[in-house]
Amino acid sequence: MPSGSQLAKALRLGAAVVALTASAGLAQDAIKIGVLEDQSGDFAAATMVKVNAITLAAEEINAAGGIGGRPVELVVYDTQSDNTRYQEFMRRVLQSDKVDVVFAGFSSASREAYRPIVNQFEGLAFYNNQYEGGVCDANMIVTGAVPEQQFSTLIPWMMEKYGKNVYTLAADYNFGQISAEWVRNIVEANGGTMVGEEFIPLGVSQFGQSIQNIQAAKPGFVVTLLVGAAQASYYEQAAAANVNLPMASSVNVGQGYEHKRFTPPSLKDMYVTTNFIEEVDTPAAKAFVEKFRARFPDEPYINQEAANSYIAMYLYKQMVERAGTTDHAALRAELAKGDVCFDGPSGKVCLDPKSQHMSHTIFLAKVEADHSISFPTVWENIAPYWLGEAGCDLTKNDPSAQYTPSSPPPAN
Amino acid sequence: MLPTLFSFLYQFGDAFAFLVIASMGLAIIFGMMGVINLAHGEFIMCGAYTTVSLAQLGLPLPLAIAGGAVAAGLIGMLIEVTVIRHLYNRPLDSIVATWGLSMIATQGVLIVLGSTMQGVGTPLGSFTVGGFSYSTYRLVLMGIAVLLLAGLYLLFYHTRAGVIARATIQLPRMARAMGVDTGRVYTLTFGLGAALAGLAGGLYAPTMTLVPTMGATFMVESFVTVVIGGGDIFLGAAPAAAILAVIRSGMTAWQGQLFGQIGLLITVIIVIRVLPGGLSGWILGGRK
Repeated sequence: MPSGSQLAKALRLGAAVVALTASAGLAQDAIKIGVLEDQSGDFAAATMVKVNAITLAAEEINAAGGIGGRPVELVVYDTQSDNTRYQEFMRRVLQSDKVDVVFAGFSSASREAYRPIVNQFEGLAFYNNQYEGGVCDANMIVTGAVPEQQFSTLIPWMMEKYGKNVYTLAADYNFGQISAEWVRNIVEANGGTMVGEEFIPLGVSQFGQSIQNIQAAKPGFVVTLLVGAAQASYYEQAAAANVNLPMASSVNVGQGYEHKRFTPPSLKDMYVTTNFIEEVDTPAAKAFVEKFRARFPDEPYINQEAANSYIAMYLYKQMVERAGTTDHAALRAELAKGDVCFDGPSGKVCLDPKSQHMSHTIFLAKVEADHSISFPTVWENIAPYWLGEAGCDLTKNDPSAQYTPSSPPPAN
Repeated sequence: MLPTLFSFLYQFGDAFAFLVIASMGLAIIFGMMGVINLAHGEFIMCGAYTTVSLAQLGLPLPLAIAGGAVAAGLIGMLIEVTVIRHLYNRPLDSIVATWGLSMIATQGVLIVLGSTMQGVGTPLGSFTVGGFSYSTYRLVLMGIAVLLLAGLYLLFYHTRAGVIARATIQLPRMARAMGVDTGRVYTLTFGLGAALAGLAGGLYAPTMTLVPTMGATFMVESFVTVVIGGGDIFLGAAPAAAILAVIRSGMTAWQGQLFGQIGLLITVIIVIRVLPGGLSGWILGGRK
């Protein structure tokens, strides 16, 4: 497993700052991009790949002449899966490194920790992660998928196939709680019943009692919204206890590649909605995986966040080149035109002016008994419509708030 | 009725086994020797990683688990000789030193072996009682927890080595006067504690995610058990594990995992307020 390139990478991370200036680029000319991602701690398994994806995109962009002729320079910090580190480093990249844009965050807790700081210093941050949705904030651009893309597709499909009794097992923080609310609403809107809901504190790794609660409730399938390495122990323990229920998720496989880490068949019949995973069988996805592996041969898995981070780099490049400046107001004026699109690893995606979220083609990934992946269905071009329909319009005003189905934007 | 009773006993046994197996190494290093070992979780992680590596090389799982315990024990002895030896009776310094070791181990494994490791899968399959299915391996873990307690009791109370170890830790000068090589006894006892932590890692490795930070998930339970138990493994940690297992499995069955954790922590607050010497301090104090 250990190799020269991994050690070299580690040394660079240890130095905390990775400068990627192109050969002859003048330092003051460079466009500086802050990268705050977890390269150690509980989330590292899912997020180290994001830094590599951003590095890959930066190297490609620099090799092709930079952004509007200016080279890209990355300022990378390891946020250690720790929310206070996000706040510390967000202040540092915005105040002392003076970056033009920041790519930051895995967990929703970390995003909500740094978001007020981005607002305070009028920064611009890309959140390249699927999440529970609802962030209506002009200083944020979100390239990850949201519930209307991942749950409004997945849950009705699962109910059709596996019945209307649903059990949710979710991580006990804002992501899990709000996602569970979405699942509950969609299940009820489709005439189903929530036969159980349990919220698991982050860091819990023993699921004996939860497994029994699920067996007692006899659901048709289990929605697993478990986050972090410790909670992933559920799958092994449920499989060992022979629970044998289909599972549905917005976070597994596409993020933490559990199907690669656990012994088959513990993830058998896991269904996940994701906009990209390395098994996706389109020419664009294959080309992306190929060039990623050529640059980072030891990468354990290329997940949806890697693709979203890579796409975000090119969306930013396009906006800056069209606006002719890195000024945030000018970039948002380009975004407001509604035609900032990119044809990348997950197909064609476009930014929605009202919510500054991204449209996605959503793949339904099914884990088979041998942990290979099949794709029973695909939903093309799902727009991130909920925020706009609920009343968020960032082209008109900026509430800098997060909304949920039970606390939607105030009616005007 | 019977399936419900079995279910409760199984959940109790499962929680009990986890508390006992996770905390035995710490009970020796922290409970007996008085070293606040914040690297306990990393000895567990070392045992788990060694076990899985050996199992993937084709060794049968029981041997691989034993290998994990031996590896953690050897590393423990090395650390005792190089670091811990100089920190006896300096509890605050030992906190900082072991915390540093724990960070070095976690980050070192992340850098050298990467962010995750593929597991080996839980052996032995499952069985069914009254509509609920259970993992057989977890029954084995319960048995091992009981055997572990019995084995340590025999070792410390019915062998010469055990008497010497207890004498060395309680009255090191007297032990030295009687011709005991106390330095060696400290090293071996610390090594035994580390090996038991490694054994915990090996035993739970097939049931968990293998990541460099996995040791952290054992830490709260281990410290809570040892703090409630007090200095003596058998009069302290064993009944503490039993009581905590009842509270944890009961609260989790009633209100979910969060309340299980709350119950655990409230219990420790009450016990250290009422019984500062832990359960064993109370039992032994009552005898005087």
